[in-house]
Amino acid sequence: MHPAFSVVFFTTATGAGYGLLALLGLLGGFGVIPADFWLGLVGMGLALGLIAAGLLSSAGHLGRPERAWRAFSQWRSSWLSREGVASVATFIPAGLFGIGWVFLGKSSGGVAAAGLLTAAGAVMTICTTGMIYASLKPIAQWHSRYTLPAYLIFAAMTGSVLANALLQGFKLGSTAMPIWALLATLAGWGWKLATWRYNDRLEIPTTANTATGLAGGTVRSIEWPHTEENYLLKEMGFRIARKHSAKLRRITQALAFAVPSILLAAVFFLPWPLGAVASVLAAVAQLTGMLVERWLFFAEAKHTVTLYYGRE
Amino acid sequence: MTCLPARTEKKLGLVIDLDTCVGCQACVTACKEWNTGGHMAPLTDIDPYGGHVDGVWFNRVHSYEHTTELGGRTVNFPRSCLHCEQPACVTVCPTGASYKRASDGIVLVDEDKCIGCKLCSWACPYGARELDTDVGVMKKCTLCVDRIYNDNLAEEDRVPACVAACPTSARHFGDLGDPASAISQLVEERGGVALMPELGYQPTNRYLPPRARSQRAAKVDAPALEPIRAEGGFLGWIDRMLSN
Repeated sequence: MHPAFSVVFFTTATGAGYGLLALLGLLGGFGVIPADFWLGLVGMGLALGLIAAGLLSSAGHLGRPERAWRAFSQWRSSWLSREGVASVATFIPAGLFGIGWVFLGKSSGGVAAAGLLTAAGAVMTICTTGMIYASLKPIAQWHSRYTLPAYLIFAAMTGSVLANALLQGFKLGSTAMPIWALLATLAGWGWKLATWRYNDRLEIPTTANTATGLAGGTVRSIEWPHTEENYLLKEMGFRIARKHSAKLRRITQALAFAVPSILLAAVFFLPWPLGAVASVLAAVAQLTGMLVERWLFFAEAKHTVTLYYGRE
Repeated sequence: MTCLPARTEKKLGLVIDLDTCVGCQACVTACKEWNTGGHMAPLTDIDPYGGHVDGVWFNRVHSYEHTTELGGRTVNFPRSCLHCEQPACVTVCPTGASYKRASDGIVLVDEDKCIGCKLCSWACPYGARELDTDVGVMKKCTLCVDRIYNDNLAEEDRVPACVAACPTSARHFGDLGDPASAISQLVEERGGVALMPELGYQPTNRYLPPRARSQRAAKVDAPALEPIRAEGGFLGWIDRMLSN
Protein backbone atom coordinates (compact mmCIF):
# COMPACT_ATOMS: atom_id res chain seq x y z
CA MET A 1 0.00 0.00 0.00
CA HIS A 2 1.19 3.49 -0.82
CA PRO A 3 2.38 5.20 2.40
CA ALA A 4 0.82 8.66 1.97
CA PHE A 5 2.61 10.98 4.39
CA SER A 6 -0.66 12.64 5.45
CA VAL A 7 -2.03 9.30 6.70
CA VAL A 8 1.29 8.17 8.23
CA PHE A 9 1.47 11.46 10.17
CA PHE A 10 -2.24 11.38 11.03
CA THR A 11 -2.23 7.93 12.65
CA THR A 12 1.04 8.55 14.51
CA ALA A 13 0.10 12.02 15.79
CA THR A 14 -3.46 11.19 16.84
CA GLY A 15 -2.27 7.94 18.48
CA ALA A 16 0.21 9.88 20.64
CA GLY A 17 -2.30 12.70 21.22
CA TYR A 18 -5.14 10.43 22.36
CA GLY A 19 -2.72 8.36 24.46
CA LEU A 20 -1.56 11.49 26.27
CA LEU A 21 -5.12 12.82 26.56
CA ALA A 22 -6.34 9.56 28.12
CA LEU A 23 -3.50 9.59 30.67
CA LEU A 24 -4.07 13.25 31.58
CA GLY A 25 -7.81 12.60 31.91
CA LEU A 26 -7.28 9.67 34.28
CA LEU A 27 -4.24 10.90 36.25
CA GLY A 28 -5.36 14.54 36.35
CA GLY A 29 -9.02 13.82 36.96
CA PHE A 30 -8.28 11.66 39.97
CA GLY A 31 -5.60 13.97 41.37
CA VAL A 32 -2.61 11.67 40.75
CA ILE A 33 -1.06 14.55 38.82
CA PRO A 34 -1.74 17.70 40.84
CA ALA A 35 -3.69 20.45 39.04
CA ASP A 36 -1.08 22.93 37.84
CA PHE A 37 -1.95 25.69 35.37
CA TRP A 38 1.18 25.62 33.19
CA LEU A 39 1.58 21.84 33.26
CA GLY A 40 -2.10 21.45 32.39
CA LEU A 41 -2.00 24.07 29.67
CA VAL A 42 1.10 22.61 27.98
CA GLY A 43 -0.10 19.02 28.44
CA MET A 44 -3.64 19.55 27.15
CA GLY A 45 -2.32 21.87 24.45
CA LEU A 46 0.13 19.20 23.28
CA ALA A 47 -2.47 16.41 23.33
CA LEU A 48 -5.21 18.37 21.59
CA GLY A 49 -2.66 19.99 19.25
CA LEU A 50 -1.39 16.59 18.09
CA ILE A 51 -4.98 15.36 17.59
CA ALA A 52 -6.06 18.49 15.70
CA ALA A 53 -2.93 18.47 13.51
CA GLY A 54 -3.52 14.78 12.73
CA LEU A 55 -7.17 15.29 11.86
CA LEU A 56 -6.35 18.26 9.62
CA SER A 57 -3.63 16.20 7.92
CA SER A 58 -6.10 13.37 7.26
CA ALA A 59 -8.56 15.86 5.75
CA GLY A 60 -5.75 16.97 3.43
CA HIS A 61 -5.61 13.41 2.09
CA LEU A 62 -9.17 13.70 0.75
CA GLY A 63 -10.05 14.34 -2.88
CA ARG A 64 -12.84 16.73 -1.82
CA PRO A 65 -11.94 18.05 1.68
CA GLU A 66 -14.79 20.61 1.63
CA ARG A 67 -17.27 17.73 1.92
CA ALA A 68 -15.50 16.16 4.95
CA TRP A 69 -18.53 16.89 7.19
CA ARG A 70 -20.43 14.17 5.35
CA ALA A 71 -18.10 11.58 6.90
CA PHE A 72 -19.98 11.80 10.23
CA SER A 73 -23.13 10.27 8.77
CA GLN A 74 -22.48 6.54 8.20
CA TRP A 75 -21.41 5.42 11.69
CA ARG A 76 -23.78 2.45 11.48
CA SER A 77 -21.55 0.63 8.99
CA SER A 78 -18.26 2.47 8.52
CA TRP A 79 -15.30 2.43 10.92
CA LEU A 80 -13.98 5.59 9.25
CA SER A 81 -17.23 7.39 10.01
CA ARG A 82 -17.17 6.05 13.60
CA GLU A 83 -13.62 7.38 13.93
CA GLY A 84 -14.81 10.80 12.82
CA VAL A 85 -17.73 10.81 15.28
CA ALA A 86 -15.63 9.47 18.19
CA SER A 87 -12.77 11.90 17.57
CA VAL A 88 -15.02 14.95 17.53
CA ALA A 89 -17.21 13.70 20.41
CA THR A 90 -14.10 13.29 22.59
CA PHE A 91 -13.45 17.03 22.32
CA ILE A 92 -16.58 17.69 24.46
CA PRO A 93 -15.50 15.96 27.70
CA ALA A 94 -11.88 16.93 26.94
CA GLY A 95 -12.90 20.60 26.79
CA LEU A 96 -14.86 20.36 30.05
CA PHE A 97 -12.00 18.49 31.72
CA GLY A 98 -9.52 21.09 30.45
CA ILE A 99 -11.59 23.96 31.88
CA GLY A 100 -11.97 22.24 35.26
CA TRP A 101 -8.44 20.90 35.62
CA VAL A 102 -6.37 23.61 33.95
CA PHE A 103 -8.31 26.83 34.48
CA LEU A 104 -10.19 26.11 37.71
CA GLY A 105 -7.41 23.90 39.17
CA LYS A 106 -9.81 21.21 40.33
CA SER A 107 -9.59 17.44 40.61
CA SER A 108 -12.22 14.84 41.57
CA GLY A 109 -16.00 15.26 41.34
CA GLY A 110 -17.22 16.57 38.00
CA VAL A 111 -13.66 17.05 36.73
CA ALA A 112 -12.89 13.40 37.50
CA ALA A 113 -16.02 12.34 35.62
CA ALA A 114 -15.04 14.51 32.64
CA GLY A 115 -11.51 13.08 32.79
CA LEU A 116 -12.85 9.54 32.81
CA LEU A 117 -15.13 10.29 29.83
CA THR A 118 -12.19 11.91 28.03
CA ALA A 119 -10.09 8.77 28.53
CA ALA A 120 -12.99 6.55 27.39
CA GLY A 121 -13.47 8.70 24.27
CA ALA A 122 -9.75 8.59 23.49
CA VAL A 123 -9.64 4.77 23.79
CA MET A 124 -12.74 4.45 21.61
CA THR A 125 -11.28 6.72 18.95
CA ILE A 126 -8.05 4.69 18.84
CA CYS A 127 -10.09 1.48 18.55
CA THR A 128 -12.00 2.88 15.57
CA THR A 129 -8.74 3.90 13.87
CA GLY A 130 -7.33 0.40 14.38
CA MET A 131 -10.52 -1.20 13.07
CA ILE A 132 -10.39 0.81 9.82
CA TYR A 133 -7.26 -1.18 8.96
CA ALA A 134 -8.11 -4.44 10.74
CA SER A 135 -11.41 -4.73 8.85
CA LEU A 136 -9.88 -4.63 5.36
CA LYS A 137 -9.88 -8.23 4.10
CA PRO A 138 -7.93 -7.61 0.87
CA ILE A 139 -4.84 -6.68 2.94
CA ALA A 140 -3.83 -9.77 4.91
CA GLN A 141 -1.11 -7.98 6.92
CA TRP A 142 -3.77 -5.60 8.30
CA HIS A 143 -6.69 -8.01 8.55
CA SER A 144 -5.10 -9.79 11.51
CA ARG A 145 -5.53 -10.02 15.25
CA TYR A 146 -2.34 -7.98 15.67
CA THR A 147 -3.64 -4.72 14.20
CA LEU A 148 -6.17 -3.43 16.76
CA PRO A 149 -3.99 -4.19 19.85
CA ALA A 150 -1.05 -2.55 18.03
CA TYR A 151 -2.92 0.75 17.72
CA LEU A 152 -3.92 0.63 21.40
CA ILE A 153 -0.46 -0.39 22.65
CA PHE A 154 1.36 2.22 20.53
CA ALA A 155 -1.04 4.97 21.64
CA ALA A 156 -0.51 4.03 25.30
CA MET A 157 3.23 3.83 24.70
CA THR A 158 3.72 7.17 22.92
CA GLY A 159 1.21 8.86 25.26
CA SER A 160 3.09 7.59 28.32
CA VAL A 161 6.49 8.66 27.02
CA LEU A 162 5.07 12.13 26.25
CA ALA A 163 3.41 12.33 29.71
CA ASN A 164 6.72 11.38 31.34
CA ALA A 165 8.58 14.05 29.36
CA LEU A 166 5.95 16.59 30.42
CA LEU A 167 6.12 15.69 34.12
CA GLN A 168 9.92 15.60 34.11
CA GLY A 169 10.01 18.94 32.32
CA PHE A 170 7.87 20.49 35.05
CA LYS A 171 10.05 18.88 37.74
CA LEU A 172 7.10 16.76 38.85
CA GLY A 173 8.69 13.45 37.92
CA SER A 174 7.86 10.47 40.06
CA THR A 175 9.54 7.07 39.77
CA ALA A 176 6.26 5.48 38.70
CA MET A 177 5.89 7.41 35.42
CA PRO A 178 9.25 6.52 33.82
CA ILE A 179 8.77 2.89 34.91
CA TRP A 180 5.34 2.82 33.28
CA ALA A 181 6.67 4.53 30.12
CA LEU A 182 9.58 2.06 29.96
CA LEU A 183 7.25 -0.94 30.38
CA ALA A 184 4.91 0.42 27.71
CA THR A 185 7.85 0.89 25.33
CA LEU A 186 9.04 -2.68 25.94
CA ALA A 187 5.50 -3.95 25.39
CA GLY A 188 5.32 -2.01 22.12
CA TRP A 189 8.66 -3.44 21.03
CA GLY A 190 7.52 -6.99 21.78
CA TRP A 191 4.22 -6.49 19.96
CA LYS A 192 5.94 -5.08 16.86
CA LEU A 193 8.42 -7.99 16.74
CA ALA A 194 5.56 -10.48 17.11
CA THR A 195 3.62 -8.74 14.34
CA TRP A 196 6.56 -8.80 11.93
CA ARG A 197 7.16 -12.46 12.74
CA TYR A 198 3.49 -13.25 12.05
CA ASN A 199 3.42 -11.27 8.80
CA ASP A 200 6.66 -12.82 7.51
CA ARG A 201 5.20 -16.32 7.92
CA LEU A 202 1.77 -15.44 6.63
CA GLU A 203 0.32 -17.94 4.17
CA ILE A 204 -2.34 -16.08 2.19
CA PRO A 205 -5.07 -18.32 0.70
CA THR A 206 -5.84 -15.80 -2.04
CA THR A 207 -3.66 -16.47 -5.08
CA ALA A 208 -3.58 -15.61 -8.77
CA ASN A 209 -5.62 -18.82 -9.23
CA THR A 210 -8.52 -17.75 -7.01
CA ALA A 211 -8.25 -14.17 -8.31
CA THR A 212 -8.81 -15.31 -11.91
CA GLY A 213 -10.94 -18.39 -11.24
CA LEU A 214 -8.40 -20.51 -13.17
CA ALA A 215 -8.05 -23.68 -11.10
CA GLY A 216 -4.82 -25.63 -10.74
CA GLY A 217 -1.36 -25.10 -12.15
CA THR A 218 0.22 -21.66 -12.37
CA VAL A 219 -1.25 -18.37 -13.56
CA ARG A 220 1.38 -15.98 -14.91
CA SER A 221 0.62 -12.41 -15.99
CA ILE A 222 1.90 -11.99 -19.54
CA GLU A 223 0.34 -8.66 -20.44
CA TRP A 224 -1.08 -5.76 -18.42
CA PRO A 225 -4.15 -3.90 -19.67
CA HIS A 226 -2.10 -0.69 -19.74
CA THR A 227 1.50 0.33 -20.27
CA GLU A 228 1.79 2.99 -17.55
CA GLU A 229 1.09 2.79 -13.84
CA ASN A 230 -2.59 3.45 -13.12
CA TYR A 231 -4.39 4.47 -9.92
CA LEU A 232 -4.48 0.88 -8.67
CA LEU A 233 -0.73 0.37 -9.03
CA LYS A 234 0.12 3.78 -7.60
CA GLU A 235 -2.18 3.34 -4.59
CA MET A 236 -2.10 -0.41 -3.95
CA GLY A 237 0.93 -1.68 -5.84
CA PHE A 238 3.58 0.16 -3.81
CA ARG A 239 6.78 -1.86 -3.52
CA ILE A 240 9.92 -1.42 -1.51
CA ALA A 241 13.09 -3.45 -1.90
CA ARG A 242 13.45 -6.21 0.67
CA LYS A 243 16.81 -4.83 1.85
CA HIS A 244 15.20 -1.44 2.50
CA SER A 245 12.50 -3.09 4.53
CA ALA A 246 15.07 -4.84 6.73
CA LYS A 247 16.99 -1.58 7.23
CA LEU A 248 13.84 0.37 8.06
CA ARG A 249 12.83 -2.27 10.58
CA ARG A 250 16.19 -1.80 12.30
CA ILE A 251 15.75 2.00 12.27
CA THR A 252 12.26 1.58 13.75
CA GLN A 253 13.56 -0.66 16.52
CA ALA A 254 16.41 1.72 17.34
CA LEU A 255 14.43 4.98 17.32
CA ALA A 256 11.00 3.87 18.57
CA PHE A 257 12.02 1.29 21.14
CA ALA A 258 15.75 0.85 21.96
CA VAL A 259 16.84 4.50 22.33
CA PRO A 260 13.74 5.53 24.36
CA SER A 261 14.18 2.47 26.61
CA ILE A 262 17.80 3.38 27.38
CA LEU A 263 16.94 7.05 27.95
CA LEU A 264 13.97 6.20 30.20
CA ALA A 265 16.13 3.82 32.23
CA ALA A 266 18.74 6.58 32.54
CA VAL A 267 16.12 8.94 34.02
CA PHE A 268 16.39 7.04 37.33
CA PHE A 269 20.07 7.86 37.63
CA LEU A 270 20.11 11.44 36.36
CA PRO A 271 19.56 14.61 38.42
CA TRP A 272 16.71 16.96 37.41
CA PRO A 273 17.64 18.95 34.36
CA LEU A 274 19.41 15.97 32.75
CA GLY A 275 16.58 13.58 33.54
CA ALA A 276 14.12 15.97 31.91
CA VAL A 277 16.36 16.29 28.84
CA ALA A 278 16.61 12.48 28.58
CA SER A 279 12.79 12.21 28.89
CA VAL A 280 12.18 14.76 26.12
CA LEU A 281 14.77 13.12 23.88
CA ALA A 282 13.08 9.75 24.49
CA ALA A 283 9.77 11.21 23.31
CA VAL A 284 11.31 12.85 20.22
CA ALA A 285 13.17 9.64 19.26
CA GLN A 286 10.07 7.50 19.79
CA LEU A 287 7.74 9.70 17.73
CA THR A 288 10.29 9.82 14.91
CA GLY A 289 10.68 6.05 15.09
CA MET A 290 6.91 5.56 15.07
CA LEU A 291 6.65 7.59 11.85
CA VAL A 292 9.06 5.06 10.28
CA GLU A 293 7.04 2.19 11.81
CA ARG A 294 3.81 3.56 10.34
CA TRP A 295 5.47 4.10 6.96
CA LEU A 296 6.46 0.41 6.99
CA PHE A 297 2.95 -0.59 8.13
CA PHE A 298 1.70 0.76 4.80
CA ALA A 299 4.67 -0.07 2.58
CA GLU A 300 4.82 -3.74 3.65
CA ALA A 301 1.06 -4.31 3.29
CA LYS A 302 0.11 -6.15 0.11
CA HIS A 303 -3.30 -5.71 -1.49
CA THR A 304 -4.92 -8.59 -3.41
CA VAL A 305 -5.29 -6.42 -6.53
CA THR A 306 -1.54 -6.76 -7.09
CA LEU A 307 -2.18 -10.45 -7.89
CA TYR A 308 -3.85 -9.35 -11.14
CA TYR A 309 -0.63 -7.60 -12.10
CA GLY A 310 1.58 -10.60 -11.38
CA ARG A 311 3.08 -9.05 -8.28
CA GLU A 312 3.36 -11.77 -5.67
CA MET B 1 -27.15 4.54 3.52
CA THR B 2 -24.08 2.36 3.38
CA CYS B 3 -25.80 -0.46 5.26
CA LEU B 4 -26.53 -3.24 2.78
CA PRO B 5 -30.04 -4.30 1.74
CA ALA B 6 -31.00 -7.63 3.35
CA ARG B 7 -31.86 -8.92 -0.11
CA THR B 8 -32.20 -7.47 -3.57
CA GLU B 9 -35.14 -8.09 -5.92
CA LYS B 10 -32.77 -8.88 -8.77
CA LYS B 11 -29.07 -9.65 -8.95
CA LEU B 12 -28.08 -8.04 -12.22
CA GLY B 13 -24.58 -8.86 -13.33
CA LEU B 14 -22.26 -10.11 -16.01
CA VAL B 15 -21.04 -13.54 -16.99
CA ILE B 16 -17.72 -13.55 -18.80
CA ASP B 17 -16.64 -16.49 -20.91
CA LEU B 18 -12.88 -16.95 -20.59
CA ASP B 19 -13.06 -19.64 -23.28
CA THR B 20 -14.15 -17.30 -26.05
CA CYS B 21 -12.66 -13.96 -24.96
CA VAL B 22 -10.00 -13.08 -27.52
CA GLY B 23 -8.65 -10.06 -25.65
CA CYS B 24 -9.56 -7.60 -28.43
CA GLN B 25 -10.27 -4.77 -25.93
CA ALA B 26 -13.53 -3.84 -27.72
CA CYS B 27 -15.41 -4.01 -24.38
CA VAL B 28 -12.80 -1.73 -22.82
CA THR B 29 -13.14 1.00 -25.44
CA ALA B 30 -16.94 0.65 -25.70
CA CYS B 31 -17.16 1.04 -21.90
CA LYS B 32 -14.95 4.12 -21.94
CA GLU B 33 -16.83 5.64 -24.86
CA TRP B 34 -20.28 5.21 -23.27
CA ASN B 35 -19.37 6.03 -19.69
CA THR B 36 -17.27 9.10 -20.35
CA GLY B 37 -20.62 10.68 -21.28
CA GLY B 38 -22.77 8.56 -18.95
CA HIS B 39 -23.84 8.32 -15.31
CA MET B 40 -20.30 8.64 -13.84
CA ALA B 41 -18.97 11.03 -16.51
CA PRO B 42 -16.32 12.07 -17.22
CA LEU B 43 -13.80 9.22 -17.19
CA THR B 44 -10.90 11.61 -17.04
CA ASP B 45 -7.67 10.96 -18.91
CA ILE B 46 -4.59 12.56 -17.42
CA ASP B 47 -1.79 13.49 -19.83
CA PRO B 48 -3.33 11.34 -22.60
CA TYR B 49 -0.68 12.16 -25.21
CA GLY B 50 2.26 12.49 -22.82
CA GLY B 51 4.80 10.14 -21.30
CA HIS B 52 2.81 9.28 -18.16
CA VAL B 53 -0.66 8.43 -19.41
CA ASP B 54 -3.21 7.77 -16.68
CA GLY B 55 -6.96 7.79 -16.46
CA VAL B 56 -10.13 6.16 -15.24
CA TRP B 57 -11.37 2.92 -16.81
CA PHE B 58 -14.13 0.66 -15.49
CA ASN B 59 -13.02 -2.40 -17.39
CA ARG B 60 -9.52 -3.65 -18.01
CA VAL B 61 -8.44 -6.80 -19.88
CA HIS B 62 -5.44 -8.73 -18.58
CA SER B 63 -3.70 -11.63 -20.30
CA TYR B 64 -2.41 -14.66 -18.42
CA GLU B 65 -0.61 -17.85 -19.22
CA HIS B 66 -2.33 -20.70 -17.40
CA THR B 67 -0.07 -23.74 -17.20
CA THR B 68 -1.27 -27.09 -15.89
CA GLU B 69 -0.06 -30.67 -16.38
CA LEU B 70 -2.15 -30.72 -19.57
CA GLY B 71 -0.12 -27.88 -21.08
CA GLY B 72 -0.26 -24.10 -21.26
CA ARG B 73 -2.83 -21.73 -22.72
CA THR B 74 -3.31 -17.98 -22.97
CA VAL B 75 -6.35 -16.67 -21.11
CA ASN B 76 -7.64 -13.15 -21.68
CA PHE B 77 -9.27 -11.87 -18.54
CA PRO B 78 -11.60 -8.84 -18.42
CA ARG B 79 -11.72 -7.33 -14.93
CA SER B 80 -14.49 -4.99 -13.75
CA CYS B 81 -16.86 -4.48 -10.80
CA LEU B 82 -18.52 -7.76 -9.75
CA HIS B 83 -21.47 -6.04 -7.98
CA CYS B 84 -20.91 -8.20 -4.88
CA GLU B 85 -23.66 -9.23 -2.50
CA GLN B 86 -21.35 -8.32 0.41
CA PRO B 87 -19.56 -5.26 -0.99
CA ALA B 88 -17.22 -3.99 1.72
CA CYS B 89 -16.58 -0.98 -0.55
CA VAL B 90 -20.11 0.15 0.37
CA THR B 91 -20.04 -0.50 4.12
CA VAL B 92 -16.67 1.24 4.63
CA CYS B 93 -17.90 4.43 2.94
CA PRO B 94 -18.12 7.14 5.63
CA THR B 95 -20.37 9.51 3.69
CA GLY B 96 -23.11 7.37 2.16
CA ALA B 97 -21.79 8.05 -1.35
CA SER B 98 -21.47 4.32 -2.04
CA TYR B 99 -24.61 2.25 -2.07
CA LYS B 100 -26.07 -1.04 -3.27
CA ARG B 101 -29.50 -0.80 -4.86
CA ALA B 102 -32.20 -2.95 -3.28
CA SER B 103 -34.02 -3.22 -6.63
CA ASP B 104 -31.33 -4.78 -8.82
CA GLY B 105 -28.19 -5.13 -6.67
CA ILE B 106 -26.11 -2.65 -8.70
CA VAL B 107 -23.34 -0.97 -6.66
CA LEU B 108 -23.11 2.76 -7.40
CA VAL B 109 -21.34 5.91 -6.21
CA ASP B 110 -23.14 9.20 -5.69
CA GLU B 111 -20.43 11.55 -6.93
CA ASP B 112 -21.95 14.53 -5.11
CA LYS B 113 -21.42 12.87 -1.72
CA CYS B 114 -17.99 11.29 -2.32
CA ILE B 115 -15.11 12.93 -0.42
CA GLY B 116 -12.39 10.94 -2.22
CA CYS B 117 -11.02 9.22 0.90
CA LYS B 118 -10.05 6.17 -1.20
CA LEU B 119 -11.08 3.71 1.54
CA CYS B 120 -13.56 1.91 -0.75
CA SER B 121 -10.80 1.20 -3.26
CA TRP B 122 -8.73 -0.32 -0.43
CA ALA B 123 -11.71 -2.45 0.62
CA CYS B 124 -12.27 -3.85 -2.90
CA PRO B 125 -10.11 -6.96 -3.48
CA TYR B 126 -10.75 -6.84 -7.24
CA GLY B 127 -9.47 -3.35 -8.05
CA ALA B 128 -12.85 -2.31 -9.44
CA ARG B 129 -12.73 1.28 -8.21
CA GLU B 130 -10.48 3.99 -9.55
CA LEU B 131 -10.08 7.52 -8.21
CA ASP B 132 -10.59 10.34 -10.69
CA THR B 133 -7.73 12.55 -9.48
CA ASP B 134 -9.00 15.43 -11.60
CA VAL B 135 -12.45 15.57 -9.98
CA GLY B 136 -11.33 14.12 -6.62
CA VAL B 137 -14.03 11.44 -6.42
CA MET B 138 -14.13 7.65 -6.78
CA LYS B 139 -15.54 6.11 -9.95
CA LYS B 140 -16.66 2.62 -10.86
CA CYS B 141 -18.67 0.43 -13.24
CA THR B 142 -22.40 1.29 -13.17
CA LEU B 143 -23.42 -1.83 -15.14
CA CYS B 144 -24.51 0.85 -17.63
CA VAL B 145 -27.47 1.75 -15.45
CA ASP B 146 -28.18 4.51 -17.99
CA ARG B 147 -28.49 1.97 -20.85
CA ILE B 148 -30.22 -1.07 -19.37
CA TYR B 149 -33.38 0.87 -18.35
CA ASN B 150 -33.18 3.41 -21.19
CA ASP B 151 -36.47 3.58 -23.12
CA ASN B 152 -34.82 5.73 -25.78
CA LEU B 153 -32.74 2.78 -26.90
CA ALA B 154 -33.97 -0.14 -28.96
CA GLU B 155 -34.72 -3.09 -26.69
CA GLU B 156 -31.79 -5.17 -27.94
CA ASP B 157 -29.44 -2.29 -27.03
CA ARG B 158 -30.57 -2.19 -23.40
CA VAL B 159 -27.49 -4.09 -22.23
CA PRO B 160 -24.18 -2.78 -20.87
CA ALA B 161 -21.94 -1.24 -23.54
CA CYS B 162 -19.28 -3.92 -23.00
CA VAL B 163 -21.80 -6.69 -23.68
CA ALA B 164 -23.12 -4.95 -26.81
CA ALA B 165 -19.59 -4.49 -28.16
CA CYS B 166 -18.20 -8.01 -27.64
CA PRO B 167 -17.57 -9.56 -31.09
CA THR B 168 -17.34 -13.13 -29.77
CA SER B 169 -20.32 -12.97 -27.38
CA ALA B 170 -17.99 -13.68 -24.48
CA ARG B 171 -19.95 -11.28 -22.28
CA HIS B 172 -23.48 -11.97 -21.06
CA PHE B 173 -25.83 -9.79 -19.03
CA GLY B 174 -28.85 -10.77 -16.95
CA ASP B 175 -30.40 -11.59 -13.58
CA LEU B 176 -28.17 -14.01 -11.70
CA GLY B 177 -30.69 -14.10 -8.85
CA ASP B 178 -33.24 -15.89 -11.04
CA PRO B 179 -32.22 -19.55 -11.48
CA ALA B 180 -34.44 -19.79 -14.59
CA SER B 181 -32.75 -16.91 -16.45
CA ALA B 182 -30.64 -17.75 -19.51
CA ILE B 183 -27.55 -16.32 -17.84
CA SER B 184 -28.02 -18.43 -14.66
CA GLN B 185 -28.46 -21.54 -16.79
CA LEU B 186 -25.30 -20.71 -18.69
CA VAL B 187 -23.41 -20.49 -15.40
CA GLU B 188 -24.94 -23.81 -14.32
CA GLU B 189 -24.10 -25.53 -17.60
CA ARG B 190 -20.52 -24.25 -17.84
CA GLY B 191 -19.60 -24.38 -14.15
CA GLY B 192 -19.17 -20.62 -13.76
CA VAL B 193 -17.00 -19.52 -10.84
CA ALA B 194 -16.85 -16.56 -8.47
CA LEU B 195 -13.52 -14.76 -8.00
CA MET B 196 -11.74 -14.94 -4.62
CA PRO B 197 -14.69 -16.71 -2.94
CA GLU B 198 -12.56 -17.18 0.19
CA LEU B 199 -12.82 -13.46 1.01
CA GLY B 200 -16.60 -13.70 1.41
CA TYR B 201 -17.64 -10.78 -0.81
CA GLN B 202 -20.05 -13.06 -2.71
CA PRO B 203 -19.57 -11.52 -6.16
CA THR B 204 -22.61 -11.51 -8.45
CA ASN B 205 -20.60 -11.75 -11.68
CA ARG B 206 -19.37 -15.18 -12.77
CA TYR B 207 -16.50 -16.28 -14.98
CA LEU B 208 -16.85 -19.33 -17.23
CA PRO B 209 -13.55 -21.25 -17.18
CA PRO B 210 -11.94 -22.23 -20.50
CA ARG B 211 -13.42 -25.49 -21.87
CA ALA B 212 -11.46 -28.73 -21.53
CA ARG B 213 -9.15 -29.49 -24.44
CA SER B 214 -10.92 -31.21 -27.31
CA GLN B 215 -10.07 -34.88 -27.96
CA ARG B 216 -10.68 -34.23 -31.68
CA ALA B 217 -7.67 -31.96 -31.97
CA ALA B 218 -4.83 -33.08 -34.26
CA LYS B 219 -1.93 -34.86 -32.62
CA VAL B 220 1.15 -32.75 -32.97
CA ASP B 221 3.60 -35.55 -32.08
CA ALA B 222 4.98 -37.16 -35.30
CA PRO B 223 5.81 -40.90 -35.08
CA ALA B 224 9.50 -41.60 -34.54
CA LEU B 225 11.59 -42.38 -37.66
CA GLU B 226 12.52 -46.05 -38.17
CA PRO B 227 15.63 -47.43 -39.94
CA ILE B 228 14.91 -48.59 -43.52
CA ARG B 229 15.12 -52.34 -44.06
CA ALA B 230 17.97 -53.24 -46.42
CA GLU B 231 16.55 -53.91 -49.91
CA GLY B 232 17.57 -57.02 -51.83
CA GLY B 233 17.74 -57.64 -55.61
CA PHE B 234 18.65 -55.10 -58.32
CA LEU B 235 17.58 -52.00 -56.36
CA GLY B 236 19.55 -53.25 -53.36
CA TRP B 237 22.66 -53.69 -55.53
CA ILE B 238 22.28 -50.09 -56.83
CA ASP B 239 21.80 -48.83 -53.29
CA ARG B 240 24.96 -50.59 -52.12
CA MET B 241 26.97 -49.39 -55.12
CA LEU B 242 25.87 -45.78 -54.69
CA SER B 243 26.53 -45.89 -50.93
CA ASN B 244 30.18 -46.80 -51.48
